[in-house]
Amino acid sequence: MADQENKQYIIVHSAKYETTYNKKYLNRKVWEEPNFNLIKSYIPGTIIDVLVKEGQVLKSGASIIVLEAMKMYNDVQMPFKGKIVKINVEKGQKIPKGYVMIEIEPVK
Amino acid sequence: MSLKRSILDLRKRKDEVRLGGGDKAIEKQVAQGKLTARQRILAIVDEGSFHEYDMFVEHVGTDFNMGNKVLAGDGVVIGTGTIYGSPICIYAQDFTVEGGSLGLMHARKITKIMDHALKMRVPLIGINDSGGARIQEGVNSLAGYGEIFFRNTLSSGVIPQISVILGPCAGGAVYSPALTDFVFVVENISKMFITGPAVIKSVLGEDISMEALGGARVHAEITGNAHFFALSEKECFEQIKTLITYIPWNNTVRAKAFPPQEPKTKLKIENIVPVDARMPYDIRDIIKSITDGSEFFEIMELFAANIVIGFGRMNGETVGFVANQPLVLAGVLDCDSSDKAARFIRYCNAFNIPIITLEDMPGYLPGVDQEHAGVIRHGAKILYSYSEATVPKITVIIRKAYGGGYIAMNSRHLRADFVFAWPTAEIAVMGPEGAANIVFRKEIAEAADPEAMRQQKIQEYKDKFANPYVAASKGYIDEVIEPQETRKILLHALQISMHKDVPAPAKKHGLPPF
Repeated sequence: MADQENKQYIIVHSAKYETTYNKKYLNRKVWEEPNFNLIKSYIPGTIIDVLVKEGQVLKSGASIIVLEAMKMYNDVQMPFKGKIVKINVEKGQKIPKGYVMIEIEPVK
Repeated sequence: MSLKRSILDLRKRKDEVRLGGGDKAIEKQVAQGKLTARQRILAIVDEGSFHEYDMFVEHVGTDFNMGNKVLAGDGVVIGTGTIYGSPICIYAQDFTVEGGSLGLMHARKITKIMDHALKMRVPLIGINDSGGARIQEGVNSLAGYGEIFFRNTLSSGVIPQISVILGPCAGGAVYSPALTDFVFVVENISKMFITGPAVIKSVLGEDISMEALGGARVHAEITGNAHFFALSEKECFEQIKTLITYIPWNNTVRAKAFPPQEPKTKLKIENIVPVDARMPYDIRDIIKSITDGSEFFEIMELFAANIVIGFGRMNGETVGFVANQPLVLAGVLDCDSSDKAARFIRYCNAFNIPIITLEDMPGYLPGVDQEHAGVIRHGAKILYSYSEATVPKITVIIRKAYGGGYIAMNSRHLRADFVFAWPTAEIAVMGPEGAANIVFRKEIAEAADPEAMRQQKIQEYKDKFANPYVAASKGYIDEVIEPQETRKILLHALQISMHKDVPAPAKKHGLPPF
């Protein structure tokens, strides 16, 4: 049972229950609003090529980066029509999952 | 050759095989706190009951200089024996022989004993300690794994299948344990993963130790792949032997009955549960105050501890318990606890074990992570498993039975045979706090003192619905009982349900929400 000073609670339907947390609950990921202007790596890998320059305006679906991961060349594309604001990677760079590779902004 | 000489020759041949990979390899095995394959089997089965087969089987690899190698028994020991007199089939991979790697003949020995177990309708125990596929044998070793997985599936629900992980179990090899009923792991010895730390580091750049990636604790606590966790091989073998006493040999018979015992008197059932439904207690104390000798054999103790599952005995007969645990996460249902309970319910149903459900839970765990993890389809598994089960199903509602969770926890509506409730039971769509906020939203908002109004409305709702009598008035609860009567009434209900027989519509198989 939890220490007197260190009580843990969980709220279900407005009612507050005294209980203890488990490790998985403590380590759960807190959801964040995704920012679609950040092109992040969805898998760790190596940058094979950067196909765009800062300031360039591209239409939706245009290839911007080739990312090698799991023995595959993955084509990273523009999610919508937009401008390349900042490039954070270079050829040959190894990146983890969730790395912000390119920052873009939508163009009407 | 004279008979005597040929007997001596036979003994010599057997002794050579029993030496496995030789003294040096055995030394290495022992240095890691591990027993050898044969020692492990002998530690599990009754003394003098083990018979080994296929000792002289040789591997068939010819490529990469394998042709010149002699591998004792091809790295695996198979045989039959008894545990407390119950027959079992068993195999143990021998890490001292070529790293316990699985080649064609190694796999053929395993499938031979698996076929035997299914044919004889007796439990199968597999001890895994292997570096994985024998790469030199190429696709033959993959074929071997496939043949094992197929038999695991074919035997599933017919004979109990137990996997013991006592060493590495990596890559494709992990899928045999994953297909079996119960997986045993030992701290610092068991290692299970699809891809090891080296590959993960080279491909993904993530640096992690074997123990942190797929050690015993990880599988017992986080992944839910393991059902029993032990600190030593010895403790693990005791757990296996105890489990065997609770389960039947196969799906056509009942588990062996033991002499009935009263619970130990020191556990006073009415002193365990706080009256305030928001205060926690350990549900296992309630289980122990009901079962024979106050014994409870818990399964998956560390994983999703917000629900408790395991075996106990009532009047000498094995019973499966499914119980919400207010001590952890208020006993809520979530993805993991639903998976845990659902599989256990299906196990009990497959092997003729009656299920007793003890209910005290406020609902499903709220949160984006739960919703996005698929709590809808995971939660549905409990509904499916209870609805599908045709073994005797008895529920005791101790305190909270709210909303979807009330329906899920073996309610009358899912064809529970008996539903009992303590006078402290609260059966409602949700707790009084939540309900008052919704039903009296307007009154609370418009009141001069909203908080006072809120408390008043909560009390109003509590008085009206936070009891078992509304549900009892509809016949959804069969009887409101006094806590100290619980065991007596459960024993009676079990006795009445002994020969339960409910026909189900014919089908190939249902489609549970995996």
